[in-house]
Amino acid sequence: MTAPTDPAASGSLAPVPEPGHPAAGDAGAAGLRLRVTPQHVRDYGIIVFAAALFIYFTVAASTFLTWDNLLNIVYQNATIGIAACAVTFTIIAGNFDLSLGSIFALSEVLGAWAAVHWGVAWCFPVTIGSGAVMGLINGLLVTKLRVNAFLATLASGLSFGGIAVGVTHGGLLITPSSSAFTFIGQHKAGGIWDSAIIFIVLAVVLQLVLAYTVFGRHLYGVGDNRNAARLSGLKVDRIVIQTFVITGAACGLAGLIDSSMTGSGTSSQEGLAGQLALLAIAGVALGGTSIFGGVGAVWRTVLGVLMLGMITNGFDLIAVADYWQNIVRGILIIIAVAIGFVVDRR
Amino acid sequence: MSTTALPHVRLDSIGKRYSGTKALDNVSVEVAAGTVHALVGANGAGKSTLGKIIGGVIRPDEGQVFVGGRPVRYASPRDARTDGIATISQELSPMPHMTVIENVYFGIEPRRAGIVQFRQMRRRYAELVAEWGFELDGGARVESLRTADIQKAEILRAVASDAQVIVMDEPTSSLTSIETEKLHRMIDVLRERGKTIVYVSHFLDEVLGLADTVTVLRSGRLVRTAPVAEETEESLVAGMFGAAAAAENFTKPAPATAPVVLDVSGLNRRGVLRDISLQLRAGEIVGVAGLIGSGRTELARAVTGADPVDSGTIAVDGTVRHIRSPADAMAAGMAYLPESRKDDGLFLELSVAANITFADLRSVAGRLGVLSLGRERSRTRELLDLTSVRPANPSAKVGHLSGGNQQKVLFARWLLRNPRVLVLDEPTRGVDVAARAAIHRLVNRLAAEGTAVLLISSEIEEVLGLAHRVLVMRRGSITREFSADPPLDAVMEAAFGLGGRTIA
Ligand SMILES: Nc1ncnc2c1ncn2[C@@H]1O[C@H](COP(=O)(O)OP(=O)(O)OP(=O)(O)O)[C@@H](O)[C@H]1O
Ligand SMILES: [Mg+2]
Repeated sequence: MTAPTDPAASGSLAPVPEPGHPAAGDAGAAGLRLRVTPQHVRDYGIIVFAAALFIYFTVAASTFLTWDNLLNIVYQNATIGIAACAVTFTIIAGNFDLSLGSIFALSEVLGAWAAVHWGVAWCFPVTIGSGAVMGLINGLLVTKLRVNAFLATLASGLSFGGIAVGVTHGGLLITPSSSAFTFIGQHKAGGIWDSAIIFIVLAVVLQLVLAYTVFGRHLYGVGDNRNAARLSGLKVDRIVIQTFVITGAACGLAGLIDSSMTGSGTSSQEGLAGQLALLAIAGVALGGTSIFGGVGAVWRTVLGVLMLGMITNGFDLIAVADYWQNIVRGILIIIAVAIGFVVDRR
Repeated sequence: MSTTALPHVRLDSIGKRYSGTKALDNVSVEVAAGTVHALVGANGAGKSTLGKIIGGVIRPDEGQVFVGGRPVRYASPRDARTDGIATISQELSPMPHMTVIENVYFGIEPRRAGIVQFRQMRRRYAELVAEWGFELDGGARVESLRTADIQKAEILRAVASDAQVIVMDEPTSSLTSIETEKLHRMIDVLRERGKTIVYVSHFLDEVLGLADTVTVLRSGRLVRTAPVAEETEESLVAGMFGAAAAAENFTKPAPATAPVVLDVSGLNRRGVLRDISLQLRAGEIVGVAGLIGSGRTELARAVTGADPVDSGTIAVDGTVRHIRSPADAMAAGMAYLPESRKDDGLFLELSVAANITFADLRSVAGRLGVLSLGRERSRTRELLDLTSVRPANPSAKVGHLSGGNQQKVLFARWLLRNPRVLVLDEPTRGVDVAARAAIHRLVNRLAAEGTAVLLISSEIEEVLGLAHRVLVMRRGSITREFSADPPLDAVMEAAFGLGGRTIA
């Protein structure tokens, strides 16, 4: 990742001592050493974690550290990653979104429907646009009706999923085979799958927006202290709605990629749709973004998602059973989240 | 009061370090049983840190704490509480959705077979309140209370759990003088009954009048511990800062002919504000005095769009503005520094720089809303210098600053905006005497440059010292107006109403 800047966080990795207490006589001498404080462990432990896992798989499986395999991990996790990076915005602003998978499924189905009935070109605006509209609905439920985000998106997710099944009558919508349509999901540029490129570009853009724009800063503020954000002149509701719309549109994009890979639109909750919300949020949490809002970063989410992907990939390579993968994932998430509490309690 | 009491709490060579800062460095203090022991020092001197170590909120890196001669190392405030040590922290944090009674008895509810005995709890509460003479509606939800009342609830909670040692971190920073007086009488009673009080305050006159012993801290080091009889305000200030701080005297020009900047008329909010009309001229500082609950904060919030109003008009620079949100008020040129820095003011997880620039990010952003982090840092540094925040580090996390320094950061945010109308609600809450003087100078300078200032403070001296004009509020309306330098007595009388009955 580029620019792992986290303007909101206090700690700095640089070995430059904080200007200590002005009058504390020996602060200068003591501060010159690079001290690893508990805050550093909490804020940057994830990087060490990811590196350790990476090294372990490199040693344990000879085929792990190959260009193709690494690209493969990114490719396989592109759709999850896109949803996860976007929902990081929602979570940093202090909300939650459980409807990712259903938005993904319904936008994919609507896109496929549009491709069948109106022509392939319609697929692109319809998937992303319908995702954005679903995000808007979530945002309005949360802000205007003051429904708790957890419940609002759980409920809206059920409905979106239901509509998707209704449109497809529970089956598949096969899209007309057209190179224009399958382009995104089945094409490589410079040896890299387009979807992987989209994921990485989107992640970089979202991270830059978060770290270096007024909008990004506002997200941290709203998530950290809503009242203070409002009294500082922010239109808090509007910002919250925007995060949901961005997340919805990103899920639509993920749906577009998925249906482009398979050349169809499916409403099935068996596949990715059923797991998307949980996997994406797991990636966000593993990366160290606080689910209470106000703290986090998109680069963290990328690391989190890729770590989860790395576990699947690496364990497959060394032929460890599926259930072990889930056990390890669960443990990692617990450790990642618990570190914060342990450090704060000191 | 006993002079031969054995030390109830003894701190031996305590050290506590946070990344880059020594909050406490080799501090040894003995707190005798049955005394009031004050801790004084500049913002960031380590008073709260010391209080938290006694109360088991944090653990020292070095040194040993003894309670009643026994070495202890508490794992949590709960541990300390079972040992008879209660803490009332600087940033009050009760359970907001619960009632006062539930808060007071939280964790020590009278139970039978695991079932909480609510009736017994209510009866005990009534007894408790009667015993200590503190009036407070036990059924009120804590979130609906003003800071002073939450303070009372916390004190009741401490005595209800039969604490022997009570650590009070700036308990009076948001109390009016009447309530401070009440609190002090309550502390006297506590002391008479053998309780030990550790009392942190920036009000040196309070410390001298109340405490038996005072410990002065400077930059995390012990300066001295001495009986208050041997100290004066000057000697304490000299100990705290290493030099005497000059007293402030403001010249008050009367800008009677300056144009009216803020014109509020007929403002009403059912049950809260009644027919509020006021005018602020350019360069004028108007103080609002009144008891807690008289509607001062509500007035500030209504004017600045934080709370809705039922009727009334607000005009800025002669134009009637439709103000329905803080954003509208800010667009009209107003700025509001809220009463509670923790609830309504600061972003504790964000950096000092992010906090200061938050209300005016456009000023450090270029096209497309892209922030210039370099510009942000340099603007922040200027403001940190002006407000003397320590450590003056733009990337420090605000939640890690001491209480007074947090308050200065909040003040700096509104300074950056350079508003036409500045509404200040308790602007120097928890700020040490030197920094308070600096903030007063800044307010004065802003006014001299033409800003109209509405100043609310529980500290009547602050209002009288700064304001060109004083409005007195009572039960949601403005009942009196005084022009320059009214006598303190007259203002107090007006605040109480002619009958002299208390509201709070
Ligand atoms: N959690 C923390 N992380 C980092 N630094 C901290 C933390 N808590 C306190 N400090 C630092 O320790 C020093 C002492 O802080 P403390 O809160 O004890 O000051 P104080 O004397 O209570 O000041 P005030 O009068 O402003 O309340 C300060 O420099 C503060 O920045
Ligand atoms: Mg303090």
